[in-house]
Amino acid sequence: MSLSRRDFIKSSAVASVAAAIGMSLPKSLKASPTVAEEKWRWDKSVCRFCGTGCGIMIATKNDRIVAVKGDPAAPVNRGLNCIKGYFNAKIMYGEDRLKTPLMRLDTEGNFSKSGKFKPVSWKKAFDEMELQIKKSFKELGPTGIGIFGSGQYTVQEGYAAVKLMKAGFRSNNIDPNARHCMASAVAGFIQTYGIDEPAGCYDDIELTDTIISWGANMSEMHPILWSRVTDRKLTNPDKVKVVNMSTYTNRTSDLADTEIIFRPQTDLALWNYIAREIVYNNPKSIDWEFVKKYTIFATGFADIGYGMRTPEHEKFTEKERETVKHQVSKKLSKAEGVSLAYLGYKEGDTMEMKNAKAAGKHWAISFEEFKKALDPYTLDYVAEVSKGDPDESIEDYKVKLQELANLYIDKSRKVVSFWTMGMNQHTRGTWVNEQAYMVHFLLGKQAKPGNGAFSLTGQPSACGTAREVGTFAHRLPADMVVKNPKHRAISEKIWKLPEGTLNPKVGAHVMKIHRDVEDGKIKFIWVQVNNPYQNTANANHWIRSARKADNFIVVSDGYPGISAKVADLVLPSAMIYEKWGAYGNAERRTQHWKQQVTPVGDSMPDVWQIVELSKRFKIRDVWGAQDIPGLEGGLPDVTTKVADLGYNPNTTLYDVLFANKEAKSYSWPDPIGDGFANTEAEADKRKVEGEDGQVWKGYGFFIQKYLWEEYRKFGEGHAHDYADFDTYHKVRGLKWPVVDGKETQWRFNSKYDPYAKKAGVGDFAFYGKALKEIPQGTLTGPDASKDKIKLPNKAKIFFRPFMDSPEVPSKEYPFWLSTGRVLEHWHSGTMTMRVPELYRAVPEALCYMHAKDAETNGMKQGDLVWIESRRGKVKAHIDTRGRNRVPRGLVYVPWFDEKVFINKVCLDATCPISKQTDFKKAAVKVYKA
Amino acid sequence: MSEEEKNTTSRRDAIRTMFQGAGYVALGGLMWGGYLEESKGAELALRPPGAISEDKFIKACIKCGVCVEVCPYDTLKLATPAEDLVVGTPYFKPRDIPCYMCTDIPCVPVCPTGALDIKSLSIIKEEKSILDINKSKMGLAVVNKETCIAFWGVQCDACYRACPLMDEAISIEYEKNERTGKHAFLKPVVHADVCTGCGLCEHACVTDVPAIKTLPIAIAMGEVGAHYIKGWDKDDEQRLNNSEDVEDNGDSESAIDYLNDADDLFND
Repeated sequence: MSLSRRDFIKSSAVASVAAAIGMSLPKSLKASPTVAEEKWRWDKSVCRFCGTGCGIMIATKNDRIVAVKGDPAAPVNRGLNCIKGYFNAKIMYGEDRLKTPLMRLDTEGNFSKSGKFKPVSWKKAFDEMELQIKKSFKELGPTGIGIFGSGQYTVQEGYAAVKLMKAGFRSNNIDPNARHCMASAVAGFIQTYGIDEPAGCYDDIELTDTIISWGANMSEMHPILWSRVTDRKLTNPDKVKVVNMSTYTNRTSDLADTEIIFRPQTDLALWNYIAREIVYNNPKSIDWEFVKKYTIFATGFADIGYGMRTPEHEKFTEKERETVKHQVSKKLSKAEGVSLAYLGYKEGDTMEMKNAKAAGKHWAISFEEFKKALDPYTLDYVAEVSKGDPDESIEDYKVKLQELANLYIDKSRKVVSFWTMGMNQHTRGTWVNEQAYMVHFLLGKQAKPGNGAFSLTGQPSACGTAREVGTFAHRLPADMVVKNPKHRAISEKIWKLPEGTLNPKVGAHVMKIHRDVEDGKIKFIWVQVNNPYQNTANANHWIRSARKADNFIVVSDGYPGISAKVADLVLPSAMIYEKWGAYGNAERRTQHWKQQVTPVGDSMPDVWQIVELSKRFKIRDVWGAQDIPGLEGGLPDVTTKVADLGYNPNTTLYDVLFANKEAKSYSWPDPIGDGFANTEAEADKRKVEGEDGQVWKGYGFFIQKYLWEEYRKFGEGHAHDYADFDTYHKVRGLKWPVVDGKETQWRFNSKYDPYAKKAGVGDFAFYGKALKEIPQGTLTGPDASKDKIKLPNKAKIFFRPFMDSPEVPSKEYPFWLSTGRVLEHWHSGTMTMRVPELYRAVPEALCYMHAKDAETNGMKQGDLVWIESRRGKVKAHIDTRGRNRVPRGLVYVPWFDEKVFINKVCLDATCPISKQTDFKKAAVKVYKA
Repeated sequence: MSEEEKNTTSRRDAIRTMFQGAGYVALGGLMWGGYLEESKGAELALRPPGAISEDKFIKACIKCGVCVEVCPYDTLKLATPAEDLVVGTPYFKPRDIPCYMCTDIPCVPVCPTGALDIKSLSIIKEEKSILDINKSKMGLAVVNKETCIAFWGVQCDACYRACPLMDEAISIEYEKNERTGKHAFLKPVVHADVCTGCGLCEHACVTDVPAIKTLPIAIAMGEVGAHYIKGWDKDDEQRLNNSEDVEDNGDSESAIDYLNDADDLFND
């Protein structure tokens, strides 16, 4: 009997009614719901999109995903989703899904940089990659190649990529899009705690009574968390207070009791104002026991530049140089004259950026010095500097600032500060992250249930993969770094590498990879789960250098975007539910899923692509002596030491890194995978022709489980403990550190965190190991005559001054430009713009503008305008009444829409410490197109 | 004139000429019958901003198509026999193309007959009469709670963010989600007094068939008799202005007939 969908709905409704009233039904009707249920399979997974990490259930039928539902058992979202999560079932089935490798070919069928894309076999793709990597490697050594990685890699993909790059190719030139997203948060964590990632967890929302959102439009960017904040507010509307700190009015203001619109960059002054209120006007609010026992005061240099290249670079235009010159020196503004007076500066002085290369350096100072530094941040000064809406009165604004400080200071209040890109994408992003901890530490409102400064992540596995696995130019797994010889030794041991294999020289971060490609220092690029040619500021430089230079760019993706467009070889990647994987969200929750369906076309998982490439390289190709620019003596020849490890110079990287004895001990089939596909382990029904031109048969072992089990050795016993692979397939995620099978809700708090308890120093222990031996000094600098001090189990309270951004509006470029996302679209839109419903809802990026600004400039709602900076221009329609209500003098343009390529306009200045770009501040002019 | 503009203009000219000329009404009438069966039920198409009431509009509109021609978004169309509307009159279907609420309302001042009433969209500001698209009443958005996923708890509200009068025409109502115990519903609510019926919400709605629909006001709105006035709303008695005089329409005969017809009363 065939039932139409409508019949099915009707009959299941009848069946449930009938069951409720105890009726018996004709047999044919009664059977139908059961039959229908058996037609699909539900299995748990995780949402593809943001860092919230909502659990979902996936229904598959005939090897296709037919539906998703929010997982009612998932603690984060309890069965709910946002509008993007609602469409997870559709993201893999867009019309233009990439299904076969595509290469630029000449008429003879050979690769040509100027050729058109044509389908090629996987074998031909790997042949060309091998050739191109070897060419770059021969010419430039390990630093001649690079990978643009991702905060959307599965854990195993990120781990395999890092292992191939760092252990195999001995190159540290791998850096994720998370550099654009979380790097300032990371640097803030490492400098403050000596260990990465938040102390708290989402349960803080239900436990706090004050939620302050700083530069985070949670209502659109973390909707499920926002719905928890909303519930908290509804539970006790009088007591619970919500404040939205932003440079423009957004939907987060809807629920907020108070909205504070500040001038871009002045969050630095606002945090210091709150600290000054605490220290000068409410000294009793300082939790001295906490401060003295668990923290010290510190500061660093201010003259550190803005992470730009210097102006003499030949590729800059004269217009660009007007801003870039500030990398070398800058004339101080009126506001800076006050905030930097402690260093002997005054308004109009020129600050030479002498410490650009020592940006991260910091030293201990006394409380008295700290207090002195805060002195200028009075209500009058900060209100004057920071008021962002010219139509708001200074008196009203001051009242709101005072209220804000009071909310923090009030002893009877618990406070959570949330932030994302407003504080991270910032030329002083590390500083402003540290300032959040400064305020929370002073008040003793940190690492406690319902109290804490909480950095939210943007990407689904920015924490789980980019940060924890360490797919950054300077990192190794579990917060280890390439610079540290002990960390290299530990890694070489786990990876079974000869001593000295790993490269101690920090590699190129995202901006530097782009710049090095432009400068011809990197000639082979592999893009994985990333769209770096759309998502990087000052894009005109990078898209041009990709096309014009003597280089080779490979892009692995599910859909074609800007990056694929400028590439030479495009590899079709299996998407999220077409492979086994794991993500780690913003509250340290690791969640695994199984491969639900066979990938479409000839697309293959990124793990497979990485591992197959490793077959093309032998030890002798890569482990000889290598020159590394800036590394004296270069890398040693380690090929002579491989015999002890059971290899010979002709052993492939595949056998060393991915198919070694341990790897093969993880057999497939495995009971945990019963009934599920595993394209890597056993191939699949498609019979895809693989790397060698033969039908892909599978590795024959459970490679994803091997990668996980090896990876977790890095963190075990070092406060980065995970559970074993199988456990994660039985639970709805666990928050690390997972010790004795138990997750950790609040880190550094002895009541909840076994590592803090083990430290045995009291109720708290900030036990992170990094940067815990620092010089002593004063506000003006370190004092070489004094010994360095050690800070075991202590965190740092930093003083950081207010400084302007390197580019501010001027007569010629009168508007601030801020960029960001919209709820309906994810990042560069490669997935969500292919979901017809989401495309229809928000088909294009608009330029949000104040109605009065539009009127003054002779424009009206809906007009097409040019938005032009010193670097480039794009066209967009203006919206004076939309979701974002900007103050006069600021425009906001989302970046999801490749047709409104706003990154051509943005400035690629970064935080000099974190190397994260400031996408929130550029100066532009806007005129009718 | 660019190639694109030429094409658009000629297309519009074609539409216009199609409906102009003496014979078209008769032809329209003939065609009407032929198309009725194909027409899937009554179309609830919307009229341009400033359209006077439907019965008067049909009489006033001369089907000149100028409003359609000037619409920069191709929102407005002229009814063909396939639509359940008078052929040649302008309308729009917001799910296809909504009204983008141009602030200069190009479609209205060009109307030669007042079928699109410029006065209804004018306000006096600084002693000058200016156009205000927010005064338009093209229709009214109606949310279906069963299919609106925001009512399921999904964080959607695409309609709310698409609304050009956000927080006025559509606002968000917060409600605790007792099932999860820690999330809230953010439900869109339409305010009929502000909603212009532009249909941007219906266009943005992500469900297969929109859960928020923009309907002609006469269909979407109920109407309450003027015999009952809200005691808590001072302005509500304005409705009395529009009410007809209560006339003595009594029929004393009926009372007498009733009284005299007592036979049934005593039947067992």
